[in-house]
Amino acid sequence: MLNTLTLKKALTLLEKKEISLDDLYHDLWKVYEEKNQLLNVYLSVDKDALKKAKENENKPLKGIPIAVKDNFLTVGLPTTASSKVLDGYLPQYESTVTKKIKEAGGVVFGKTNMDAWAHGSSTETSDYGPTKNPRNPKFLPGGSSGGSAAAVASDMAIASLGTETAGSIRQPAAWCGVVGLKPTYGRVSRYGIIAMGSSLDSPGPITKTVEDSAILLNIIAGKDKKDATTSEKEVPDYTLALKKDIKNFKIGIVYIDHPQIKSTLAAQKTLEAGKLFEKLGAKVDLISTSKNLEKDKVLSHEHAIAVYTIVQRAEVSSNLARYDGIRYSNPRKYFGHEAKNRIMLGIFGLSNFLQQEELVYKTAQKVRALYIKNFKQLFSKYDLLISPTSPSFALPLGATSGDPMFGELQDMLVEPSSLAGICGISVPMYKDAKTNLYLGLNIMADYFQEEKLITAANIYELNNKI
Amino acid sequence: MKLDKTLVLKIASLAKIPISEKEADELLSGFNKTLEVIDNLFSVDVKNIEPLYQTTFLENVFREDIVDEKSMLSQDEALREAKNKYNGYFVVDQVLEED
Repeated sequence: MLNTLTLKKALTLLEKKEISLDDLYHDLWKVYEEKNQLLNVYLSVDKDALKKAKENENKPLKGIPIAVKDNFLTVGLPTTASSKVLDGYLPQYESTVTKKIKEAGGVVFGKTNMDAWAHGSSTETSDYGPTKNPRNPKFLPGGSSGGSAAAVASDMAIASLGTETAGSIRQPAAWCGVVGLKPTYGRVSRYGIIAMGSSLDSPGPITKTVEDSAILLNIIAGKDKKDATTSEKEVPDYTLALKKDIKNFKIGIVYIDHPQIKSTLAAQKTLEAGKLFEKLGAKVDLISTSKNLEKDKVLSHEHAIAVYTIVQRAEVSSNLARYDGIRYSNPRKYFGHEAKNRIMLGIFGLSNFLQQEELVYKTAQKVRALYIKNFKQLFSKYDLLISPTSPSFALPLGATSGDPMFGELQDMLVEPSSLAGICGISVPMYKDAKTNLYLGLNIMADYFQEEKLITAANIYELNNKI
Repeated sequence: MKLDKTLVLKIASLAKIPISEKEADELLSGFNKTLEVIDNLFSVDVKNIEPLYQTTFLENVFREDIVDEKSMLSQDEALREAKNKYNGYFVVDQVLEED
């Protein structure tokens, strides 16, 4: 089954002409026919994918099929962000990221299901029904890039693209047992991606291996004159980081002393990951959590939930104001419950209906500044920080109902890093033999230090037998 | 912090989202649950801390003001996704009323 190949392996075999695109796509369509109805991974697929692949076989990505989250605008395939507001919308222009993938010879095989407007961490708030976890279909895949993570985990794509605002790449990657890389904010262009939290949104790869994430990051990273927040910083060859070792790396373990996390299996496995890094030559410290900003301690993730809730909803209320049903889209009454909830809470945070001393939004942005100070201080001492990606394994289908804070609780350990805009990667840490579900290790690095993430995650992946 | 139903209906009208009475109740209960979680924000010491609205620290990113015809939509393309159009125009709801 060629659809089970990693990106690297598929590229190598195509290069040597040991496999053909015909066979690769044959196997891919076969698994699509078998599994898509049950798992609800793809909202739309490109019937002409093979033809397009063959036109690109001499380019770097050689016609490889890539699954793309349905919030990237793609010419020729509908783009809905899993909301009925955009039902049937056919974009008039292409997102920068998918343009780069296509120019490099990749094929957008299909558009994947997500939480509507990326508002959630379960893919259960999609207006087109939930995606199921390929490792165990009674469970959620996580989200909001749940479809993209499930596409990779079910071998319905060789690799995929997601977006993360706070956890939406790393948490579904963790729950589906695959690799998810959230680049530094500004490393990858947001142009042509349906905006959610504009000061936070970071597109990135979800793949079978760390190596595959490095290959895709090489293609999608870089300055885009259409997105003024992208960085001028030169894009290194991220695959070179795969050859480096972690001797002399200083690694700090964070958040696992917190009462909510302390007794979890995820905390225990993170400690074991720390031991493994130590064995492999890194210096590893346990960092304690503090309620207020303190030197050499990590600021509690609890406040990040509050900050994120305020900031994200405020940005949502502004970004979703453009869906007025005039130039495109259905009218605003088509918004689902969660979108209404977030838009309205955003308006609340940006107004001062309760005549408070200071706007809630402003207080939130002050605490956000504290997180940045905190990370800057910690990264002056450490190369990497590690924690569980999510405190638990995937939760069962239906777990989100009636809980407006579901997402924030599942994402709480990655939210501080998202608010600060630094980079992180989730790599499979542990697999439960009985349920077949996974835990992920979250590795975080300072701004534009993706190479360090890739080096450490790659070494961990090669040495952590699960 | 706590919201009441009058405020929920006011916010819905500001958001231009029609909601039913039942929905207003559901949203209200969700908002108040969320605001309970947010309350811990006010226990953090932020004295002398300036708020931060972005993380890139970039300032004044300019580009040349040149029209790029390749990135322009034709009238047909621009109108293609509109549900309601007339003679090459978007049709909008009436805003001004006769007095």
